[in-house]
Amino acid sequence: MSRIVYADNAATTRVSEQVLESMLPFYREVYGNPSSLYTLGQQAKAPLEEAREKVAKCLGARPNEIYFTSCGTESDNWAIKGVARALKGKGKNHIITSKFEHHAVLHTCEALEKEGFQVTYLDVYENGLVRPEDVETAITENTALVTIMYANNEIGTIQPIPEIGEICKKHGVLFHTDAVQAVGNVEINVKDQNIDLLSLSGHKIHAPKGVGALYVRTGVPLQNFIDGGAQERARRGGTENVAEIVGLATAMELACADIPGRIQRLSAMRDKLIHEVLKVDRARLNGDPIRRLPGNASFCFQGVEGESLLLLLDLKGISASSGSACTSGSLDPSHVLLSIGLPHEVAHGSLRLSLGDENTMEDVDYIIETLPGIIERLRSMSPLWDAIQTGKVSYDKYFTERKAPHTNRFLAVEH
Amino acid sequence: MAYSEKVMDHFANPRNVGEMKDANGMGEVGNPKCGDIMRMYIKVENNIIKDVSFMTFGCGAAIATSSMATEMIKGKSLDDALKLTNKAVMEALDGLPPVKVHCSVLAEQAIKAAISDYYRRQGIDPTPFVGEVPECEACEL
Repeated sequence: MSRIVYADNAATTRVSEQVLESMLPFYREVYGNPSSLYTLGQQAKAPLEEAREKVAKCLGARPNEIYFTSCGTESDNWAIKGVARALKGKGKNHIITSKFEHHAVLHTCEALEKEGFQVTYLDVYENGLVRPEDVETAITENTALVTIMYANNEIGTIQPIPEIGEICKKHGVLFHTDAVQAVGNVEINVKDQNIDLLSLSGHKIHAPKGVGALYVRTGVPLQNFIDGGAQERARRGGTENVAEIVGLATAMELACADIPGRIQRLSAMRDKLIHEVLKVDRARLNGDPIRRLPGNASFCFQGVEGESLLLLLDLKGISASSGSACTSGSLDPSHVLLSIGLPHEVAHGSLRLSLGDENTMEDVDYIIETLPGIIERLRSMSPLWDAIQTGKVSYDKYFTERKAPHTNRFLAVEH
Repeated sequence: MAYSEKVMDHFANPRNVGEMKDANGMGEVGNPKCGDIMRMYIKVENNIIKDVSFMTFGCGAAIATSSMATEMIKGKSLDDALKLTNKAVMEALDGLPPVKVHCSVLAEQAIKAAISDYYRRQGIDPTPFVGEVPECEACEL
């Protein structure tokens, strides 16, 4: 039987042993409600606050600026709707975001448009980056919030967050970032980078699914999103998910313990993957080769369709994902790939390989060995590839030569 | 989304795949913008589809429905082949997820397009036999 290679770490990750171990006591022994006065309840309260401290430390925040949530999507909803609704009475009814945000942000903004908010969806450039100057141009006296993701989930590009933070501070506009993909892969410091609100999720960093957090700088006006009891300093109701919150804190601690080491290790694998995969005829790398997440390699291949590519990879034991329409359950391919200027025809042939802590160079070698044959097989039965080869159609202008990144240059851009 | 075992079998081991040099009918439907193109080749002798093959750019369901459709018309008369519906192809594959139904429509259309082409090459107007081959409605982007 062939090897099993999980190369979809941007989708989710396995709960690590250390994380699981840290959680178990809160299922078995310390199961009290942290709001309860008796010993069993208070035994759960202290670890909850320790968890808050750990998460805060990883972000350069204060513990009382961290609120635990059920997931990254809830954090995004809370941040964006909470700020928008809190500032609406002050005449601030404008939000700035980008066209390639995660749906947790895009659909939240669309929902706010129905409430009467105006939303500017900034263009993303061919390299998969938003430009800070475009943010500045879009700011008006009515702007309540700018929300730009830290790193894109599909093409892995790392946005100029400190620069955008600086601009927002200058104009007195609040700044939220969805950092779900960035945590552990980029050095984040909310104070230095002028971030007012930041969303993160546990399951991308080896904590369980169903737990996330929102950082809210002290003094930021924010309406509650989940009304209920006095948990989370009366800002977010619901009995705390103590075990998973502890798991999230353990995962954050591990993820942030050695970010330069992770960048070096993952980007070495990523760069080999990119270098070898781009040897395939008519293949392209999506997104900036340098300003990208250390584990992300996103490609398009002419003449093949992403879903069939994923299915054949799966038959060979490789888990990956695609922005093809057929994998999304809709007829349109990924809005991210369209936002960087790719036509539908090219976006359908996309493949995202996202490497994580558990991957090895052997995994990369196996992908490199397996992938070209699969592409060749699909192309051999593809009328589109036939048309491309006989010159009836051409997408070559989207497939100009790109250089693979250098690890040390990647490190340099973050500071 | 989960595919049936039959879909996975026809996807992973497609029957009758590849270009046919001596075909006397060829039809192509779909478009690259939608993400699927089906090309069907037929070799007709005495009104019987002696041989059939396909080339498909598309998802797993597109490839599987192409493969199944070729199996279902091989050796059939043109009249019988024209009676093949997308529903029959889907049933033969033990069903398709709802978002993939259009793939089976494409397979039905590809057969009709290939037979139309055969009639035209024979100097016969295909319309009375085949009717209009409608565009895939899913592709009207």
